[in-house]
Amino acid sequence: MVAMSQGLDQDVLVVKDLRVVFHTYAGEVKALDGVDLTVRRKEVLGLVGESGSGKSVTALTIEGLLPQNGEVVSGQIILAGNDLLKESSADLRISRVTDMAMVFQDPTTYLNPVLTVGSQITEIIESEAKLFTKQVIADRLIELDRLEGEGRITPVLEKERAKLKSLSSGAKISKREFKRLSRLYAINILRQVRLPEPERIFKDYPFELSGGMKQRAMIAMALVRRPKLFLADEITTALDVTVQAQILKLLTELREQIDTSVILITHDLAIVAEVCDRVAVMYAGNIVEVADVNELFRNPLHPYTKGLLASIPRPDLKEQEMKSIRGSVPNLIFPPSGCRFHPRCDFAFERCPLEKPKLLEVSKGHFVACFLYEGGQA
Amino acid sequence: MKDDEYLLKVDNLLKWFPIRGGLLGRTVGHVRAVDGVSIAIKKGETLGIVGESGCGKTTLSRTVMRLLDPSSGSIVFDGTDISKLKGRDLKPFRRRMQMVFQDPYASLDPRQNVRSTLMEPMGIHHIQHSGEDRNRAVEKLVEIVGLNPDHLARFPHEFSGGQRQRIAIARALAVNPEFIALDEPTSALDVSVQAQILSLLQKLQLELDLTYMFVSHNLAVVRQICHRTAVMYLGRVVEVAPTETLFENPKHPYTKALLASVPLPDPSKRTDLVALEGDVPSPVNIPPGCRFRARCAYSTEKCALTSPGLFEFGPGHGAECFYDIDFKSGSKKEVPAT
Repeated sequence: MVAMSQGLDQDVLVVKDLRVVFHTYAGEVKALDGVDLTVRRKEVLGLVGESGSGKSVTALTIEGLLPQNGEVVSGQIILAGNDLLKESSADLRISRVTDMAMVFQDPTTYLNPVLTVGSQITEIIESEAKLFTKQVIADRLIELDRLEGEGRITPVLEKERAKLKSLSSGAKISKREFKRLSRLYAINILRQVRLPEPERIFKDYPFELSGGMKQRAMIAMALVRRPKLFLADEITTALDVTVQAQILKLLTELREQIDTSVILITHDLAIVAEVCDRVAVMYAGNIVEVADVNELFRNPLHPYTKGLLASIPRPDLKEQEMKSIRGSVPNLIFPPSGCRFHPRCDFAFERCPLEKPKLLEVSKGHFVACFLYEGGQA
Repeated sequence: MKDDEYLLKVDNLLKWFPIRGGLLGRTVGHVRAVDGVSIAIKKGETLGIVGESGCGKTTLSRTVMRLLDPSSGSIVFDGTDISKLKGRDLKPFRRRMQMVFQDPYASLDPRQNVRSTLMEPMGIHHIQHSGEDRNRAVEKLVEIVGLNPDHLARFPHEFSGGQRQRIAIARALAVNPEFIALDEPTSALDVSVQAQILSLLQKLQLELDLTYMFVSHNLAVVRQICHRTAVMYLGRVVEVAPTETLFENPKHPYTKALLASVPLPDPSKRTDLVALEGDVPSPVNIPPGCRFRARCAYSTEKCALTSPGLFEFGPGHGAECFYDIDFKSGSKKEVPAT
């Protein structure tokens, strides 16, 4: 297999040869057919493809949220040095809580309608009290320092600071004190995702928020853990363009503020062009092309990527001739043999239906799985 | 321009939905979904209606199609006001005006095969009396939308999203309409399939001399297929212009912000996307004055007091704004009262 990493310490996540099938009444759906993926530190990796390409299944597998009929046949998912597919369930829980977080497409279905936003955030903190004690105390101390800088420190706050300092040096924290600190911590996070009046939103129920605000609340819940990896699955698809722009901006700002990598899953290439550093293009359970974002848009190599780029309507060009890819996404119970794109490909030749092309590096950092480029870039 | 050039002319259309509350179910307020819209569409033209969710674009298309009864205002189709017609009087217009909906998974009957889906409207409108004529017509229909006659015996679940949308388009064409309202016809489809459907719609318009009202939230799609575009915000058309003019030289600050928020599929043209803070206000309590005022960077006291009328900035280019704003320098001058 090709080595795709550039020094292991730079890579937050390495996925190797991941194969996933779903058992259904109609047959076995071969959803992922050997996916290789690397996410570097502090980068935004775009995972693009049409519906049914396997981008969400990739995310669900990394998250360990495959439905019951899904099965990982082979592969490795290495997050911060640990293979998630090998670990015991208890270790896995800790590594998932601390190392990764996810946000999904439709915030309305993922927020609990009968709990306030605040209680849904503090629930995460209080369920892992051991993990979070240090963090909530440190966060409050930073807050108090900030107040002092603004000259707003009062004797009461000074007393609190002294108490917190003793706590951080190992004294036992009372339940009540922990609750109070986790509330403050949660409000701080709501402020960090630029929600107006975070104290009020803390007490609000999800139905009182607009779509954009709900998605910010979801992002806040994900940030509680200060994750190393942030999986964003179509997070702006349910939002209007003006709100989408706000959320995308927030995402790029957060990446700078807290040291985290992002996998941005989307079907919208325009979003990829706007916020991603690198792009992986998926088709029918395979990654067909990986490149730096500028390189991919300037010099797409795989026939599928070319077709996809030619079919996007451009808001900045007039009278553009839109092209489309003939045919439609294949049925993955009986996937096409060899290269899964060959029945729709204009450049297919004898070898394509017989053999599956490997993902090879054709120029620096530009990988493509296509026989046309086996002897280097054509 | 003479009035009879327009196939459809909508004047000051209102659609308010009552909100009932309290023990007796009295009307306690209204959702002002469409609040005074005037648009006109020429024969053979595509008018795009764009806006964010909740701006009233779908309600507008449904009211124009008389799927909803307008609260007031007129809808003149080919010289006849259809806004108050009922039953037998309305039926001929039902044939001439058809609609394609957003979600082809919901808009086709899962228990009807393609043949009977396409024949049903012919029966309702008494077109092609003999069975043989209808069979021939149905075969021709599937061909012009890019399917083949083998597909006629199949049921909707056997088709992909793009193919279903082709069936929905064929169903609309079955009664030889002159006007088709397309409500987000490609939003549920993947980009490569979206391109197929858009070129099909363009081809059909030329071949069959159709007039479209194209409702969409996707500005890129609208730019590619609409001749003129109207931008809606909170139940009103705030700007209308030939599509090129609208995209190159928007006059309303909302249009400008909407265009600036659209991500471009070109990493070399990255911009600061965020042009608008906040969300669209509720259409229940619409504040007096300009509706966009609260989110507008150029608003003044005048905007809070009265609502602006439509000012003509150029031929066929109108916007509801008191000011002629130069978005580059940020300078603005008041337009003469209309």
